[in-house]
Amino acid sequence: MIHYKHSVELDVEKCTGCTACMRHCPTEAIRIKDGHAHIDTDRCIDCGECIRVCQSKAKKAMCSKFEHYQHYKWKIALPPPSLFGQFDGLDDVNYVIQGLKDIGFDDIFEVAKAAELVSAYTRLYLKIPGIKKPVISSACPVIARLISLRFPYLKDNIMPLLPPMEIAAILAKEKAKKEHPELKDEEIGTFFISPCAAKVSYIRNGYGDYKSNVDVVVSLSEIYFLLVGAMKKDKQPEIMTESGKVGIGWATSGGESSALLNDSYLAADGIENCIKILDQIENGNIPQLEFVELNACIGGCVGGVMTIENPFIAKTRLQTVRRYMPVSLNHLPADEKFIPEGYFLNTSPSYIPISRLSNNMGESMRMMAQIENIKKELPGIDCAACGSPTCRAFAEDLVRGKIPSDSKCVVLAQKNSEEENGNDSK
Amino acid sequence: MNESLTFHFDVDGTDFTSAGQASANVKRSLRQLGLAPDIIRQVSIAMYEGEINMVIHAGGGEADVTVFEDKIEIVLKDHGPGIKDIDLAMQEGYSTATDTVRSLGFGAGMGLPNMKRYTDEMHIETEVGKGTTIKMYVNLTD
Repeated sequence: MIHYKHSVELDVEKCTGCTACMRHCPTEAIRIKDGHAHIDTDRCIDCGECIRVCQSKAKKAMCSKFEHYQHYKWKIALPPPSLFGQFDGLDDVNYVIQGLKDIGFDDIFEVAKAAELVSAYTRLYLKIPGIKKPVISSACPVIARLISLRFPYLKDNIMPLLPPMEIAAILAKEKAKKEHPELKDEEIGTFFISPCAAKVSYIRNGYGDYKSNVDVVVSLSEIYFLLVGAMKKDKQPEIMTESGKVGIGWATSGGESSALLNDSYLAADGIENCIKILDQIENGNIPQLEFVELNACIGGCVGGVMTIENPFIAKTRLQTVRRYMPVSLNHLPADEKFIPEGYFLNTSPSYIPISRLSNNMGESMRMMAQIENIKKELPGIDCAACGSPTCRAFAEDLVRGKIPSDSKCVVLAQKNSEEENGNDSK
Repeated sequence: MNESLTFHFDVDGTDFTSAGQASANVKRSLRQLGLAPDIIRQVSIAMYEGEINMVIHAGGGEADVTVFEDKIEIVLKDHGPGIKDIDLAMQEGYSTATDTVRSLGFGAGMGLPNMKRYTDEMHIETEVGKGTTIKMYVNLTD
Protein backbone atom coordinates (compact mmCIF):
# COMPACT_ATOMS: atom_id res chain seq x y z
CA MET A 1 0.00 0.00 0.00
CA ILE A 2 1.27 3.45 -0.86
CA HIS A 3 1.94 5.37 2.28
CA TYR A 4 -0.41 8.31 2.56
CA LYS A 5 1.16 11.44 3.99
CA HIS A 6 -1.13 13.05 6.52
CA SER A 7 -1.16 16.51 7.94
CA VAL A 8 -2.74 15.90 11.31
CA GLU A 9 -0.01 15.78 13.92
CA LEU A 10 -0.09 14.80 17.58
CA ASP A 11 1.95 16.39 20.32
CA VAL A 12 2.42 13.41 22.63
CA GLU A 13 3.52 15.65 25.51
CA LYS A 14 0.26 17.58 25.48
CA CYS A 15 -2.07 14.61 24.89
CA THR A 16 -3.80 13.50 28.09
CA GLY A 17 -5.36 10.37 26.57
CA CYS A 18 -8.84 11.75 27.26
CA THR A 19 -10.62 9.79 24.42
CA ALA A 20 -12.45 12.84 22.99
CA CYS A 21 -10.74 12.64 19.59
CA MET A 22 -11.16 8.88 19.44
CA ARG A 23 -14.90 9.05 20.09
CA HIS A 24 -15.37 11.75 17.45
CA CYS A 25 -13.27 10.24 14.68
CA PRO A 26 -15.69 9.36 11.83
CA THR A 27 -13.48 6.57 10.50
CA GLU A 28 -12.44 5.07 13.88
CA ALA A 29 -8.83 5.82 13.03
CA ILE A 30 -7.77 6.69 16.59
CA ARG A 31 -6.92 4.46 19.55
CA ILE A 32 -5.61 5.38 23.00
CA LYS A 33 -2.52 3.39 23.92
CA ASP A 34 0.11 4.07 26.61
CA GLY A 35 -1.85 7.08 27.79
CA HIS A 36 -2.04 8.94 24.51
CA ALA A 37 -3.74 8.90 21.11
CA HIS A 38 -2.44 6.97 18.10
CA ILE A 39 -3.66 7.74 14.59
CA ASP A 40 -3.99 4.91 12.08
CA THR A 41 -2.70 6.58 8.93
CA ASP A 42 -4.44 4.11 6.61
CA ARG A 43 -7.84 5.12 7.96
CA CYS A 44 -7.34 8.85 8.59
CA ILE A 45 -9.13 11.08 6.07
CA ASP A 46 -7.69 14.37 7.42
CA CYS A 47 -11.12 15.74 8.26
CA GLY A 48 -9.74 17.58 11.28
CA GLU A 49 -12.53 16.52 13.69
CA CYS A 50 -9.87 15.45 16.23
CA ILE A 51 -8.17 18.85 16.06
CA ARG A 52 -11.53 20.49 16.64
CA VAL A 53 -12.49 18.49 19.74
CA CYS A 54 -9.07 18.31 21.43
CA GLN A 55 -9.23 20.22 24.71
CA SER A 56 -5.47 20.02 25.30
CA LYS A 57 -4.54 21.41 21.87
CA ALA A 58 -2.43 18.31 21.33
CA LYS A 59 -3.53 17.86 17.73
CA LYS A 60 -2.61 20.25 15.00
CA ALA A 61 -2.37 20.45 11.25
CA MET A 62 1.12 20.47 9.82
CA CYS A 63 1.86 23.44 7.61
CA SER A 64 4.87 25.25 6.28
CA LYS A 65 5.89 28.57 7.80
CA PHE A 66 5.83 31.47 5.35
CA GLU A 67 9.20 32.81 6.55
CA HIS A 68 10.95 29.53 5.70
CA TYR A 69 10.16 29.82 2.01
CA GLN A 70 11.54 33.23 1.20
CA HIS A 71 14.02 31.71 -1.26
CA TYR A 72 11.43 31.75 -4.05
CA LYS A 73 12.16 34.78 -6.19
CA TRP A 74 8.51 35.16 -7.21
CA LYS A 75 6.08 34.29 -4.45
CA ILE A 76 2.43 34.01 -5.46
CA ALA A 77 -0.28 33.89 -2.81
CA LEU A 78 -3.33 31.76 -3.57
CA PRO A 79 -5.90 33.07 -1.07
CA PRO A 80 -9.08 30.98 -0.76
CA PRO A 81 -12.41 32.82 -0.58
CA SER A 82 -12.80 31.66 3.05
CA LEU A 83 -9.93 34.03 3.98
CA PHE A 84 -12.13 37.03 3.19
CA GLY A 85 -14.68 35.95 5.81
CA GLN A 86 -12.22 36.27 8.69
CA PHE A 87 -12.03 40.05 9.04
CA ASP A 88 -14.39 42.16 11.09
CA GLY A 89 -16.01 44.96 9.09
CA LEU A 90 -14.33 44.04 5.80
CA ASP A 91 -16.37 45.24 2.83
CA ASP A 92 -13.73 45.17 0.11
CA VAL A 93 -11.47 42.21 -0.63
CA ASN A 94 -8.86 44.54 -2.12
CA TYR A 95 -7.74 45.45 1.41
CA VAL A 96 -6.77 41.82 1.93
CA ILE A 97 -5.11 41.53 -1.47
CA GLN A 98 -3.07 44.67 -0.78
CA GLY A 99 -2.24 43.26 2.65
CA LEU A 100 -0.90 40.06 1.07
CA LYS A 101 1.40 42.18 -1.10
CA ASP A 102 2.52 44.14 1.93
CA ILE A 103 3.51 41.02 3.86
CA GLY A 104 5.82 39.94 1.07
CA PHE A 105 3.93 38.24 -1.76
CA ASP A 106 4.91 39.35 -5.26
CA ASP A 107 1.60 38.48 -6.82
CA ILE A 108 -1.84 37.27 -5.79
CA PHE A 109 -4.01 34.82 -7.66
CA GLU A 110 -7.41 34.41 -6.07
CA VAL A 111 -8.68 30.85 -5.75
CA ALA A 112 -12.16 32.39 -6.15
CA LYS A 113 -11.20 33.36 -9.70
CA ALA A 114 -10.29 29.77 -10.53
CA ALA A 115 -13.50 28.65 -8.76
CA GLU A 116 -15.56 30.72 -11.20
CA LEU A 117 -13.86 28.92 -14.06
CA VAL A 118 -14.51 25.57 -12.40
CA SER A 119 -18.18 26.53 -12.06
CA ALA A 120 -18.30 27.29 -15.78
CA TYR A 121 -16.53 24.03 -16.65
CA THR A 122 -18.83 22.08 -14.34
CA ARG A 123 -21.83 23.41 -16.27
CA LEU A 124 -20.20 22.08 -19.44
CA TYR A 125 -19.28 18.79 -17.79
CA LEU A 126 -22.85 18.13 -16.62
CA LYS A 127 -23.99 18.20 -20.26
CA ILE A 128 -21.66 15.40 -21.37
CA PRO A 129 -23.86 12.41 -22.27
CA GLY A 130 -23.32 9.19 -20.39
CA ILE A 131 -21.56 10.53 -17.31
CA LYS A 132 -22.47 8.96 -13.98
CA LYS A 133 -24.99 11.06 -12.05
CA PRO A 134 -25.16 12.56 -9.56
CA VAL A 135 -21.83 14.18 -10.21
CA ILE A 136 -20.03 14.61 -6.89
CA SER A 137 -17.86 17.70 -6.41
CA SER A 138 -14.12 17.09 -6.32
CA ALA A 139 -13.40 20.23 -4.29
CA CYS A 140 -13.31 18.82 -0.75
CA PRO A 141 -10.35 16.44 -0.47
CA VAL A 142 -11.80 14.74 2.62
CA ILE A 143 -14.78 13.57 0.56
CA ALA A 144 -12.57 12.37 -2.29
CA ARG A 145 -10.47 10.30 0.13
CA LEU A 146 -13.52 9.03 2.00
CA ILE A 147 -14.97 7.77 -1.28
CA SER A 148 -11.76 5.96 -2.18
CA LEU A 149 -11.74 4.24 1.21
CA ARG A 150 -15.39 3.54 1.80
CA PHE A 151 -17.57 4.18 -1.23
CA PRO A 152 -15.69 2.61 -4.15
CA TYR A 153 -18.90 2.28 -6.11
CA LEU A 154 -19.19 6.07 -6.26
CA LYS A 155 -15.64 6.63 -7.50
CA ASP A 156 -16.79 7.41 -11.02
CA ASN A 157 -19.33 9.93 -9.76
CA ILE A 158 -16.56 12.25 -8.60
CA MET A 159 -16.13 15.08 -11.07
CA PRO A 160 -12.78 14.41 -12.77
CA LEU A 161 -11.92 18.08 -12.77
CA LEU A 162 -9.12 19.70 -10.78
CA PRO A 163 -10.29 21.66 -7.74
CA PRO A 164 -10.08 25.50 -7.88
CA MET A 165 -6.92 25.59 -5.76
CA GLU A 166 -5.03 23.56 -8.40
CA ILE A 167 -6.33 25.49 -11.36
CA ALA A 168 -5.37 28.70 -9.53
CA ALA A 169 -1.83 27.35 -9.08
CA ILE A 170 -1.53 26.39 -12.77
CA LEU A 171 -2.89 29.72 -14.03
CA ALA A 172 -0.80 31.71 -11.54
CA LYS A 173 2.38 30.06 -12.81
CA GLU A 174 1.41 30.61 -16.46
CA LYS A 175 0.74 34.25 -15.72
CA ALA A 176 4.07 34.70 -13.91
CA LYS A 177 6.01 33.15 -16.80
CA LYS A 178 4.23 35.30 -19.34
CA GLU A 179 4.73 38.54 -17.45
CA HIS A 180 8.25 37.72 -16.27
CA PRO A 181 9.89 35.52 -18.90
CA GLU A 182 13.22 35.89 -17.06
CA LEU A 183 11.92 33.75 -14.17
CA LYS A 184 12.96 30.11 -14.06
CA ASP A 185 10.37 27.48 -13.09
CA GLU A 186 12.02 26.79 -9.75
CA GLU A 187 12.08 30.48 -8.88
CA ILE A 188 8.29 30.71 -8.91
CA GLY A 189 6.54 29.54 -5.75
CA THR A 190 2.78 29.15 -5.36
CA PHE A 191 1.60 29.48 -1.75
CA PHE A 192 -1.85 28.16 -0.90
CA ILE A 193 -3.30 29.74 2.23
CA SER A 194 -5.13 26.72 3.59
CA PRO A 195 -8.24 26.78 5.76
CA CYS A 196 -7.98 23.05 6.49
CA ALA A 197 -5.72 20.09 7.12
CA ALA A 198 -7.10 18.06 4.23
CA LYS A 199 -5.91 20.46 1.55
CA VAL A 200 -2.43 20.20 3.03
CA SER A 201 -2.58 16.42 2.59
CA TYR A 202 -3.98 16.72 -0.91
CA ILE A 203 -1.06 18.92 -1.92
CA ARG A 204 1.48 16.57 -0.37
CA ASN A 205 0.01 13.39 -1.85
CA GLY A 206 -1.50 14.50 -5.11
CA TYR A 207 -4.61 12.75 -6.35
CA GLY A 208 -4.24 9.49 -8.21
CA ASP A 209 -1.30 10.17 -10.55
CA TYR A 210 -1.76 13.92 -10.39
CA LYS A 211 0.97 15.92 -8.66
CA SER A 212 -0.04 19.23 -7.15
CA ASN A 213 1.07 22.54 -8.64
CA VAL A 214 0.99 24.19 -5.24
CA ASP A 215 4.55 24.50 -3.91
CA VAL A 216 3.99 25.61 -0.33
CA VAL A 217 0.96 25.36 1.99
CA VAL A 218 0.76 27.90 4.75
CA SER A 219 -2.02 27.98 7.30
CA LEU A 220 -4.78 30.53 7.04
CA SER A 221 -4.35 31.37 10.72
CA GLU A 222 -0.63 32.20 10.29
CA ILE A 223 -1.35 34.51 7.34
CA TYR A 224 -4.34 36.02 9.16
CA PHE A 225 -2.14 37.26 11.99
CA LEU A 226 0.43 38.67 9.56
CA LEU A 227 -2.36 40.40 7.64
CA VAL A 228 -4.05 41.92 10.66
CA GLY A 229 -0.83 43.78 11.38
CA ALA A 230 -0.27 44.78 7.75
CA MET A 231 -3.73 45.75 6.48
CA LYS A 232 -4.16 49.50 6.37
CA LYS A 233 -7.71 50.71 6.51
CA ASP A 234 -6.90 54.42 6.07
CA LYS A 235 -6.18 54.25 2.36
CA GLN A 236 -8.58 52.95 -0.29
CA PRO A 237 -6.71 50.13 -2.05
CA GLU A 238 -6.41 49.73 -5.79
CA ILE A 239 -8.96 47.43 -7.38
CA MET A 240 -7.11 44.17 -7.86
CA THR A 241 -9.75 41.52 -7.31
CA GLU A 242 -10.72 39.40 -10.25
CA SER A 243 -13.58 37.44 -8.81
CA GLY A 244 -17.26 37.97 -8.16
CA LYS A 245 -20.09 36.64 -6.02
CA VAL A 246 -19.85 33.17 -7.54
CA GLY A 247 -16.20 32.70 -6.64
CA ILE A 248 -16.57 34.03 -3.11
CA GLY A 249 -19.64 31.82 -2.67
CA TRP A 250 -17.46 28.71 -2.86
CA ALA A 251 -16.30 29.45 0.71
CA THR A 252 -19.61 28.32 2.15
CA SER A 253 -21.70 25.20 1.76
CA GLY A 254 -24.05 25.46 -1.20
CA GLY A 255 -22.01 28.12 -2.96
CA GLU A 256 -20.49 25.77 -5.49
CA SER A 257 -23.88 24.22 -6.30
CA SER A 258 -25.78 27.45 -6.66
CA ALA A 259 -23.28 28.55 -9.30
CA LEU A 260 -24.49 25.73 -11.55
CA LEU A 261 -27.74 27.52 -12.37
CA ASN A 262 -29.49 24.22 -12.03
CA ASP A 263 -31.82 23.41 -9.15
CA SER A 264 -31.23 19.69 -9.18
CA TYR A 265 -28.48 19.66 -6.60
CA LEU A 266 -27.85 18.75 -3.01
CA ALA A 267 -25.35 20.48 -0.76
CA ALA A 268 -24.46 18.93 2.59
CA ASP A 269 -21.85 19.85 5.15
CA GLY A 270 -20.39 18.26 8.26
CA ILE A 271 -18.62 14.92 7.92
CA GLU A 272 -21.38 12.79 9.49
CA ASN A 273 -24.00 14.29 7.17
CA CYS A 274 -21.74 13.70 4.19
CA ILE A 275 -21.28 10.03 5.10
CA LYS A 276 -25.06 9.60 5.40
CA ILE A 277 -25.63 11.20 2.02
CA LEU A 278 -22.99 9.01 0.36
CA ASP A 279 -24.64 5.96 1.93
CA GLN A 280 -27.98 6.99 0.51
CA ILE A 281 -26.59 7.69 -2.95
CA GLU A 282 -24.96 4.27 -2.92
CA ASN A 283 -28.26 2.65 -1.96
CA GLY A 284 -30.07 4.56 -4.66
CA ASN A 285 -32.65 5.97 -2.26
CA ILE A 286 -32.15 9.62 -3.02
CA PRO A 287 -34.03 11.75 -5.55
CA GLN A 288 -32.58 12.01 -9.04
CA LEU A 289 -29.90 14.66 -8.82
CA GLU A 290 -27.48 16.29 -11.21
CA PHE A 291 -24.92 17.44 -8.69
CA VAL A 292 -23.90 16.78 -5.11
CA GLU A 293 -21.67 19.13 -3.17
CA LEU A 294 -20.26 17.71 0.04
CA ASN A 295 -18.14 19.66 2.47
CA ALA A 296 -16.59 17.78 5.38
CA CYS A 297 -16.52 20.91 7.54
CA ILE A 298 -19.66 22.43 9.00
CA GLY A 299 -20.57 25.50 6.99
CA GLY A 300 -18.15 24.58 4.18
CA CYS A 301 -14.56 25.79 3.87
CA VAL A 302 -15.20 28.63 6.33
CA GLY A 303 -15.49 25.82 8.91
CA GLY A 304 -11.94 24.56 8.29
CA VAL A 305 -9.81 23.91 11.37
CA MET A 306 -7.23 26.52 10.41
CA THR A 307 -9.71 29.36 10.13
CA ILE A 308 -10.01 31.96 12.87
CA GLU A 309 -13.67 32.86 12.91
CA ASN A 310 -16.72 30.75 13.68
CA PRO A 311 -18.08 29.48 10.32
CA PHE A 312 -21.45 31.16 10.70
CA ILE A 313 -19.93 34.53 11.53
CA ALA A 314 -17.54 34.15 8.60
CA LYS A 315 -20.52 33.38 6.37
CA THR A 316 -22.31 36.51 7.53
CA ARG A 317 -19.21 38.59 6.87
CA LEU A 318 -18.93 37.19 3.38
CA GLN A 319 -22.44 38.47 2.70
CA THR A 320 -21.11 41.97 3.32
CA VAL A 321 -18.04 41.32 1.18
CA ARG A 322 -20.17 40.03 -1.70
CA ARG A 323 -22.79 42.76 -1.59
CA TYR A 324 -21.38 45.07 -4.24
CA MET A 325 -19.58 42.44 -6.27
CA PRO A 326 -20.53 41.50 -9.81
CA VAL A 327 -22.00 38.00 -10.16
CA SER A 328 -18.94 36.56 -11.85
CA LEU A 329 -15.86 38.01 -13.49
CA ASN A 330 -14.70 34.84 -15.15
CA HIS A 331 -16.64 33.49 -18.09
CA LEU A 332 -15.70 31.09 -20.79
CA PRO A 333 -15.57 32.52 -24.29
CA ALA A 334 -18.84 31.77 -26.05
CA ASP A 335 -17.14 29.36 -28.45
CA GLU A 336 -15.37 27.43 -25.71
CA LYS A 337 -17.20 24.14 -25.52
CA PHE A 338 -14.43 21.98 -24.17
CA ILE A 339 -12.69 21.73 -20.86
CA PRO A 340 -8.91 22.03 -21.31
CA GLU A 341 -7.23 18.61 -21.18
CA GLY A 342 -4.85 19.75 -18.44
CA TYR A 343 -7.72 20.42 -16.03
CA PHE A 344 -8.93 16.84 -16.09
CA LEU A 345 -7.91 14.26 -13.56
CA ASN A 346 -7.08 11.19 -15.58
CA THR A 347 -6.69 8.84 -12.69
CA SER A 348 -8.38 8.57 -9.35
CA PRO A 349 -7.01 7.01 -6.16
CA SER A 350 -7.53 3.26 -6.19
CA TYR A 351 -9.95 1.61 -3.78
CA ILE A 352 -8.27 0.75 -0.52
CA PRO A 353 -10.42 -1.78 1.36
CA ILE A 354 -9.21 -0.67 4.81
CA SER A 355 -11.97 -2.34 6.75
CA ARG A 356 -11.32 -5.80 5.25
CA LEU A 357 -10.46 -8.26 7.99
CA SER A 358 -8.31 -10.57 5.88
CA ASN A 359 -7.42 -11.16 2.25
CA ASN A 360 -8.96 -14.58 2.49
CA MET A 361 -12.73 -14.72 2.56
CA GLY A 362 -12.90 -17.86 4.72
CA GLU A 363 -10.52 -16.31 7.23
CA SER A 364 -12.54 -13.07 7.21
CA MET A 365 -15.67 -15.05 7.99
CA ARG A 366 -14.01 -16.84 10.89
CA MET A 367 -12.73 -13.55 12.24
CA MET A 368 -16.13 -11.93 11.95
CA ALA A 369 -17.78 -14.80 13.80
CA GLN A 370 -15.21 -14.32 16.58
CA ILE A 371 -15.91 -10.58 16.68
CA GLU A 372 -19.64 -11.21 17.00
CA ASN A 373 -19.03 -13.67 19.84
CA ILE A 374 -16.81 -11.29 21.78
CA LYS A 375 -19.21 -8.42 21.20
CA LYS A 376 -22.06 -10.35 22.78
CA GLU A 377 -20.16 -10.48 26.09
CA LEU A 378 -19.34 -6.76 26.14
CA PRO A 379 -21.57 -4.21 27.92
CA GLY A 380 -22.29 -2.28 24.69
CA ILE A 381 -22.09 1.15 26.28
CA ASP A 382 -19.18 2.33 24.10
CA CYS A 383 -17.46 4.05 27.02
CA ALA A 384 -14.08 3.99 25.23
CA ALA A 385 -12.20 3.48 28.51
CA CYS A 386 -10.38 0.45 27.07
CA GLY A 387 -8.74 2.60 24.41
CA SER A 388 -10.97 1.54 21.49
CA PRO A 389 -13.82 3.84 20.43
CA THR A 390 -16.70 1.35 20.73
CA CYS A 391 -17.33 -2.11 22.13
CA ARG A 392 -17.44 -3.42 18.60
CA ALA A 393 -14.13 -1.77 17.76
CA PHE A 394 -12.62 -3.38 20.88
CA ALA A 395 -13.78 -6.81 19.71
CA GLU A 396 -12.40 -6.09 16.27
CA ASP A 397 -9.05 -4.87 17.60
CA LEU A 398 -8.76 -8.08 19.66
CA VAL A 399 -9.51 -10.35 16.70
CA ARG A 400 -7.28 -8.38 14.36
CA GLY A 401 -4.47 -8.68 16.92
CA LYS A 402 -4.13 -4.93 17.21
CA ILE A 403 -4.26 -5.06 21.00
CA PRO A 404 -2.81 -7.77 23.28
CA SER A 405 -5.00 -10.87 23.46
CA ASP A 406 -5.35 -10.48 27.25
CA SER A 407 -6.83 -6.96 26.94
CA LYS A 408 -9.82 -6.54 29.20
CA CYS A 409 -13.01 -4.54 29.06
CA VAL A 410 -12.72 -2.03 31.91
CA VAL A 411 -16.42 -2.18 32.75
CA LEU A 412 -16.54 -5.98 32.83
CA ALA A 413 -13.38 -6.17 34.94
CA GLN A 414 -14.91 -3.74 37.43
CA LYS A 415 -18.12 -5.74 37.56
CA ASN A 416 -16.24 -9.01 38.03
CA SER A 417 -14.17 -7.63 40.86
CA GLU A 418 -17.27 -6.19 42.54
CA GLU A 419 -18.92 -9.60 42.31
CA GLU A 420 -15.84 -11.27 43.75
CA ASN A 421 -15.69 -8.79 46.61
CA GLY A 422 -19.37 -9.28 47.25
CA ASN A 423 -18.85 -13.05 47.46
CA ASP A 424 -15.91 -12.58 49.82
CA SER A 425 -17.91 -10.55 52.31
CA LYS A 426 -20.67 -13.12 52.52
CA MET B 1 -15.82 -25.57 2.48
CA ASN B 2 -19.29 -25.25 3.89
CA GLU B 3 -18.72 -22.40 6.27
CA SER B 4 -21.32 -19.71 6.54
CA LEU B 5 -22.00 -16.65 8.60
CA THR B 6 -25.46 -15.28 9.43
CA PHE B 7 -26.41 -11.79 10.46
CA HIS B 8 -29.80 -11.47 12.08
CA PHE B 9 -31.85 -8.29 12.37
CA ASP B 10 -35.21 -7.44 13.84
CA VAL B 11 -36.86 -4.81 11.71
CA ASP B 12 -38.96 -2.45 13.80
CA GLY B 13 -42.27 -1.82 12.09
CA THR B 14 -43.21 1.27 14.02
CA ASP B 15 -40.28 3.47 13.20
CA PHE B 16 -39.75 4.91 9.75
CA THR B 17 -36.66 6.78 10.77
CA SER B 18 -34.75 3.67 11.68
CA ALA B 19 -35.62 1.85 8.44
CA GLY B 20 -32.40 1.19 6.60
CA GLN B 21 -30.40 0.35 9.69
CA ALA B 22 -30.17 -3.36 8.96
CA SER B 23 -29.05 -2.61 5.45
CA ALA B 24 -26.36 -0.21 6.71
CA ASN B 25 -25.10 -2.82 9.17
CA VAL B 26 -24.98 -5.50 6.49
CA LYS B 27 -23.04 -3.16 4.26
CA ARG B 28 -20.45 -2.60 6.94
CA SER B 29 -20.07 -6.30 7.63
CA LEU B 30 -19.76 -7.22 3.97
CA ARG B 31 -17.08 -4.58 3.57
CA GLN B 32 -15.16 -6.17 6.39
CA LEU B 33 -15.45 -9.54 4.75
CA GLY B 34 -13.75 -8.00 1.76
CA LEU B 35 -16.52 -8.51 -0.80
CA ALA B 36 -16.43 -6.59 -4.07
CA PRO B 37 -18.08 -3.15 -4.04
CA ASP B 38 -20.64 -4.18 -6.69
CA ILE B 39 -21.82 -7.16 -4.65
CA ILE B 40 -22.07 -5.05 -1.51
CA ARG B 41 -24.20 -2.53 -3.36
CA GLN B 42 -26.50 -5.23 -4.79
CA VAL B 43 -27.07 -6.73 -1.37
CA SER B 44 -27.56 -3.43 0.38
CA ILE B 45 -30.08 -2.14 -2.15
CA ALA B 46 -32.08 -5.37 -2.04
CA MET B 47 -31.94 -5.32 1.75
CA TYR B 48 -32.95 -1.68 1.97
CA GLU B 49 -35.96 -2.12 -0.30
CA GLY B 50 -37.01 -5.22 1.62
CA GLU B 51 -36.62 -3.46 4.93
CA ILE B 52 -38.74 -0.54 3.79
CA ASN B 53 -41.41 -2.94 2.50
CA MET B 54 -41.58 -4.69 5.84
CA VAL B 55 -41.95 -1.37 7.64
CA ILE B 56 -44.63 0.12 5.39
CA HIS B 57 -46.69 -2.97 4.64
CA ALA B 58 -46.11 -5.56 7.33
CA GLY B 59 -45.44 -3.79 10.61
CA GLY B 60 -41.88 -5.04 10.71
CA GLY B 61 -40.30 -8.45 10.58
CA GLU B 62 -36.99 -10.25 10.60
CA ALA B 63 -34.06 -10.22 8.24
CA ASP B 64 -31.35 -12.85 8.02
CA VAL B 65 -28.38 -12.41 5.77
CA THR B 66 -26.16 -15.44 5.34
CA VAL B 67 -22.83 -15.32 3.61
CA PHE B 68 -21.83 -18.59 1.96
CA GLU B 69 -18.65 -19.14 0.06
CA ASP B 70 -20.37 -18.87 -3.32
CA LYS B 71 -23.46 -16.78 -2.58
CA ILE B 72 -25.24 -14.46 -0.21
CA GLU B 73 -28.72 -15.36 0.93
CA ILE B 74 -31.14 -12.74 2.18
CA VAL B 75 -34.27 -13.95 3.93
CA LEU B 76 -36.91 -11.41 4.86
CA LYS B 77 -39.78 -12.73 6.92
CA ASP B 78 -42.86 -10.89 8.11
CA HIS B 79 -46.30 -11.65 9.52
CA GLY B 80 -48.04 -8.91 7.59
CA PRO B 81 -51.09 -8.98 5.31
CA GLY B 82 -49.41 -11.02 2.56
CA ILE B 83 -49.38 -10.18 -1.15
CA LYS B 84 -52.68 -10.76 -3.00
CA ASP B 85 -51.36 -10.69 -6.53
CA ILE B 86 -47.61 -11.25 -6.91
CA ASP B 87 -47.57 -10.47 -10.66
CA LEU B 88 -49.23 -7.16 -10.03
CA ALA B 89 -46.94 -6.41 -7.10
CA MET B 90 -43.92 -7.09 -9.29
CA GLN B 91 -44.97 -4.40 -11.77
CA GLU B 92 -42.94 -1.23 -11.61
CA GLY B 93 -44.98 1.60 -10.18
CA TYR B 94 -47.67 -0.57 -8.61
CA SER B 95 -48.05 -0.01 -4.90
CA THR B 96 -50.68 -0.51 -2.21
CA ALA B 97 -48.97 1.99 0.08
CA THR B 98 -51.22 4.48 1.86
CA ASP B 99 -51.23 8.19 1.11
CA THR B 100 -49.44 8.86 4.39
CA VAL B 101 -46.62 6.55 3.38
CA ARG B 102 -46.46 8.11 -0.08
CA SER B 103 -46.30 11.58 1.42
CA LEU B 104 -43.15 10.44 3.21
CA GLY B 105 -41.54 9.68 -0.12
CA PHE B 106 -42.03 5.91 -0.06
CA GLY B 107 -44.47 3.68 -1.90
CA ALA B 108 -43.25 4.41 -5.43
CA GLY B 109 -43.89 0.84 -6.44
CA MET B 110 -40.24 0.06 -7.06
CA GLY B 111 -39.50 -2.09 -4.01
CA LEU B 112 -40.05 -5.60 -5.32
CA PRO B 113 -38.88 -4.82 -8.88
CA ASN B 114 -35.63 -3.39 -7.48
CA MET B 115 -35.14 -6.40 -5.24
CA LYS B 116 -35.48 -8.65 -8.25
CA ARG B 117 -33.23 -6.45 -10.40
CA TYR B 118 -30.37 -6.35 -7.92
CA THR B 119 -30.31 -10.02 -7.01
CA ASP B 120 -29.61 -13.14 -9.05
CA GLU B 121 -32.55 -15.12 -7.73
CA MET B 122 -35.69 -14.24 -5.82
CA HIS B 123 -38.50 -16.38 -4.40
CA ILE B 124 -41.64 -15.07 -2.78
CA GLU B 125 -43.76 -17.19 -0.47
CA THR B 126 -46.84 -15.41 0.66
CA GLU B 127 -50.19 -16.14 2.21
CA VAL B 128 -52.85 -13.48 2.52
CA GLY B 129 -53.47 -12.73 6.18
CA LYS B 130 -50.47 -14.72 7.34
CA GLY B 131 -47.37 -13.03 6.00
CA THR B 132 -44.63 -13.07 3.44
CA THR B 133 -41.19 -14.62 3.22
CA ILE B 134 -38.83 -13.45 0.51
CA LYS B 135 -35.60 -15.25 -0.26
CA MET B 136 -33.02 -13.57 -2.43
CA TYR B 137 -29.62 -14.75 -3.61
CA VAL B 138 -26.64 -12.85 -4.88
CA ASN B 139 -23.99 -15.05 -6.49
CA LEU B 140 -20.38 -14.48 -5.57
CA THR B 141 -18.87 -16.49 -8.39
CA ASP B 142 -19.15 -15.42 -12.02
